[in-house]
Amino acid sequence: MVAVSSWGRLAAPQHALRVLSDRLDLAAQIAAPLPGLAYGMGRSYGDVCLNPDGTLWQTRGLDRMLAFDARSGRLVCEPGVLLRDIQRLMMPRGWALAVTPGTQLVTVGGAIANDVHGKNHHVRGSFGDHVVSLALLRTDGQRIVCGPHQHAGWFAATVGGAGLTGLVERAELQLQRVPGPWLDTETIPYGDLGEFFGLADASEAGWEYTVSWIDCLSRKGRGIFMRANPAQSDAPEPAPRQRSMPFTPPVSAVNKLSLRLFNAAYFRAHQWRAGRGQAHYQGFFYPLDNLLEWNRMYGPRGFYQYQCVVPRAGGEQAVGAMLDAIRRDGNGSFLAVLKTFGERSAPGMLSFARPGVTLALDFPNRRGTEALFQRLDAIVAAAGGRIYLAKDARMPRTLFEAGYPRLAEFLPYRDPGISSALSRRLMGS
Amino acid sequence: MSNTTKKIVIIGATSSIAEHCARLWVARGPVALTLVGRDRARIERVAADLRVRGAQASVEVETVDFEDARAIAALAARLGTPDLVLVAHGSLPEQAACQQDLAACASALAVNGVSPVLFAEAFAAGFAAAGRGTLVLIGSVAGDRGRRSNYVYGAAKGLVTRYAQGLQHRFAGTAVKVVLVKPGPTDTPMTAHLKQGGARMASPEEVALLIVDGAERGTPLVYAPKKWALIMMVIRHLPSFVFNKMNI
Repeated sequence: MVAVSSWGRLAAPQHALRVLSDRLDLAAQIAAPLPGLAYGMGRSYGDVCLNPDGTLWQTRGLDRMLAFDARSGRLVCEPGVLLRDIQRLMMPRGWALAVTPGTQLVTVGGAIANDVHGKNHHVRGSFGDHVVSLALLRTDGQRIVCGPHQHAGWFAATVGGAGLTGLVERAELQLQRVPGPWLDTETIPYGDLGEFFGLADASEAGWEYTVSWIDCLSRKGRGIFMRANPAQSDAPEPAPRQRSMPFTPPVSAVNKLSLRLFNAAYFRAHQWRAGRGQAHYQGFFYPLDNLLEWNRMYGPRGFYQYQCVVPRAGGEQAVGAMLDAIRRDGNGSFLAVLKTFGERSAPGMLSFARPGVTLALDFPNRRGTEALFQRLDAIVAAAGGRIYLAKDARMPRTLFEAGYPRLAEFLPYRDPGISSALSRRLMGS
Repeated sequence: MSNTTKKIVIIGATSSIAEHCARLWVARGPVALTLVGRDRARIERVAADLRVRGAQASVEVETVDFEDARAIAALAARLGTPDLVLVAHGSLPEQAACQQDLAACASALAVNGVSPVLFAEAFAAGFAAAGRGTLVLIGSVAGDRGRRSNYVYGAAKGLVTRYAQGLQHRFAGTAVKVVLVKPGPTDTPMTAHLKQGGARMASPEEVALLIVDGAERGTPLVYAPKKWALIMMVIRHLPSFVFNKMNI
């Protein structure tokens, strides 16, 4: 048994590890011991990727590309392939992932299981919207090839299904044409939430990517709005810069004082640099990937990320109320993201993204954090919102059931040989 | 990074380290790869991946019995003189099994020691005739000093080390480069059962990067990662009365 923790480092429960590497006899590899759970890069924050006292099937060794059609942009690959590898390989050929989350250090399997979204939800939806088909292997040896139009129920259950329907053996992805690795960007400071929503709505038509950083300590909700479009540019590739958080500080480096200082400095710096510019996709999409193991910053007790989405009707009030609660508590973090989602229906039964506005914030794990979360939960529940499974380690079951109305439809698709800490906590098994 | 197509032969191409070397080579420019392995189905999957990754790469597959000297000689003759040969195959035996079962011991010595030497020797003739080429052999830090926890594997890798030294001597002053790589414990399927212990192992990607760079420069000895050069220097020089008390 080995101690494995997720990205939030809240706990390190014991697991049996099984390294999957050979696609030929996968069925035998996952048949026993059960329950098992696919584990890729462990970048989800809470307990969706953990299976305490059970088996983790490590999928990183299943990282082979199977086929690529340069005319249609369709890529078939194994589930352990990193999004980073797809971007690196395909960008020079004029193709890229249509949807990418804020880190590229995740596997294709994990991106499907969590149906991740990116800064272009309003135009491209979520990751699952670009999965043409996938092959699902069940612990009883059954194989199901499914897609949006083929065994559509299996597909909708697996996309965003938190790995609970089976092991994704391979996936076919539709990539998107891009002119190159560069983006034309515009950075706009905003003074309050009303301004944010105005900018977000005004940017929907003309901008592929939108996101904003919000100062969770400010009274009115000031922040920095960023939007971008793919750019034609011959600028040379920037030199890769990679650093690592060298150690875990004994207590969280993120506290009331450092947060106040950072947020003020960050806002000023971007206010000063506001306007149009050009950015490389790595820096724009994955700003934190250059600082390896940044999750250590929160100290040995780890941290939570709270990410919710609430519908647009009443969304501004709900976000305002949450920011109020966070500011009064004083223990937010500088990694605070506010973004609108477009009017699109999600491909998965348990997909997170839905029309509305999403707020994501990290919180160091300390006494009082749970009390704050309960206040936020009440606001999310009242607004008819939901919490992101990929980030969650603690939401109450009632909030889960209220936020995911297709749960009953999902449950029959579960693989009885698969379980996670999250499924035991929220689904009872 | 040259524009002429580089001919590269990889023995044991399904090994994780070899596969990552191949990925780097196809990413770096036009190459003609020949992947040599035992199991055609497994090696074809590696080849398919490399064909997707390397738009400018040609990838061929060969299978051969790794312990059949005649078959190895015939294969080398058929493949001619490549620019680079990477001999990467091996399998980590369980020391206890080698002690209990002499057949397991024999097979561990053959596949990790004798077989790599046969492949290297088979291609060395062509390199000698051409007066140029690069031969990369994967040894192991385990070959630097016998330890009770895996001395059969260590002995086989020690054989590869001595052989590589001899070959370097033979080709000294020519344009034939012999590169001996000694990886430390690497996070691959071969070592999956060791991981339960906990110490962080190097990733096959970082080891592959050191191998590919070492091959490019013709570095005679590459420890991967580099820290193992220092660690093994200490271990090699520990007096027996200290070493024999250690549980390593």
